[in-house]
Amino acid sequence: MSKKVRIPTPLRKLTNNEELVEVNAANIGDAINELQARFPGIAERLIDEKGEVRRFVNVYVNEEDIRFLQNRATPLKDGDEISIIPAIAGG
Amino acid sequence: MKALKCRECGREYPLEATHVCEFDFGPLEVAYDYDRIKKALSREIIASRPKTMWRYRELLPIAGEPTVGPLVGFTPLVKAPRLAKALGIRELYIKNDAVNYPTLSFKDRVVSVALSRAKELGFTTVACASTGNLANSVAANAASAGLKSYVFIPSDLEHGKILNSLIYGSNVIGIKGHYDEVNRLCAEIAGKFGWAFVNVNMRPYYAEGSKSMAYEIAEQLGWRAPQHTIIPMASGSLLTKIHKGYQELVKVGLISDTQPKVYGAQATGCSPISTAQKAGLDFFKPVKPDTIAKSLAIGTPADGFYALKVMRETNAAAEDVTDDEIRDAIKLLAETEGIFAETAGGVTVGVAKKLIASGKIPKNDSAVICVTGNGLKTLDAVNGYCGKAREIKPSLREFEALLAQEDKVNA
Repeated sequence: MSKKVRIPTPLRKLTNNEELVEVNAANIGDAINELQARFPGIAERLIDEKGEVRRFVNVYVNEEDIRFLQNRATPLKDGDEISIIPAIAGG
Repeated sequence: MKALKCRECGREYPLEATHVCEFDFGPLEVAYDYDRIKKALSREIIASRPKTMWRYRELLPIAGEPTVGPLVGFTPLVKAPRLAKALGIRELYIKNDAVNYPTLSFKDRVVSVALSRAKELGFTTVACASTGNLANSVAANAASAGLKSYVFIPSDLEHGKILNSLIYGSNVIGIKGHYDEVNRLCAEIAGKFGWAFVNVNMRPYYAEGSKSMAYEIAEQLGWRAPQHTIIPMASGSLLTKIHKGYQELVKVGLISDTQPKVYGAQATGCSPISTAQKAGLDFFKPVKPDTIAKSLAIGTPADGFYALKVMRETNAAAEDVTDDEIRDAIKLLAETEGIFAETAGGVTVGVAKKLIASGKIPKNDSAVICVTGNGLKTLDAVNGYCGKAREIKPSLREFEALLAQEDKVNA
């Protein structure tokens, strides 16, 4: 039942500074809805007006970018770890 | 500097070590008071200053005088008639950051800004995620500034690039993964430790350093922007900042607006931005990199969206080249102009060749190719592709025999 979501610094004001939040959702889209139910306001930070994950937000399941998986339909299983990370530059 | 401002929604933040908008995760950028800068800067004032990138310091995001990398920049803009002829264009220049000081890549520009600002903000430990050149520059500049440094790199980088970080006594951490994974880890580390991560929490300052390349090109051309600039793309940041640099010079009255075009160059083995540009898309699909151009091997380019936007707005284009084309272009640049570029330089020269051949850059025009790193750091990439030294005994007879044989081959 339990999957862990790592909350990035810019969103921790919404989660009362919780770094690691457990969810029960079966896929990424549901996990975001579940977060929203507990921490109102968090979904609009992650999802744009068209319902897509914002272009500067990267979501990973067990270190794999969901864009290489099934985006918001990416299924989750017990013990999965989800990271939400802002895009960063470099080289 | 006025504030940090979100590029997406325009929300403002104080000038601290922070890089993303809390609201939409958009990148933060430094906002300036251009009216004030216009009054403070003139061509004459700039000309009176030392030949470093800091001669444009009003347009760079530090509060006081530069304390790290005061000698960085003002690299040669080399007129390249022999390469121009080989590529079939009227006029060509190479902006040669392969000889930037002190670590032979354009990264010294961004690092001197980021570390000068980090010192202003009171940091004592600096860090970065890097494909090699950035790590070298952070390691060297931190050493000379007396700062502690941690550099995170993919563990399979070229030997030269790894040694070039270790030598400065930096803490070099090799990550078993590609750059995008290093970056993801660093984003998590940066949130945990109180370090100045040049490309994470210092990114708004760091990225601005790239603009100095545009200022120098314009000044070296006699205060005008080139018609066409060909720029390598990894995260896409350099391309957007060179374009911003030209625009700022117009804004502060140093050049007139000639609508310069900026073209993006990638390796085919890691070409999310050029693939999107060629398909006419305004978004890119991330890829898993596989190319010898390791310094450009970023599969999830953070500024890819803005790079596409700038190319669209300037009516320019992007292109990509294979590993073989990269090696051929490195050789062509070396044989025609005596400049030994790293793989990323092979990418820009190779792409310039394609853009000129296809007519996207008209052959009667003038162009600048940006070479951002030094070939001595990526020797592995060309080893075995440029022949071998022929060995003889120290005997005149043997040498004459060798020449005679060569004449026979060439006859």
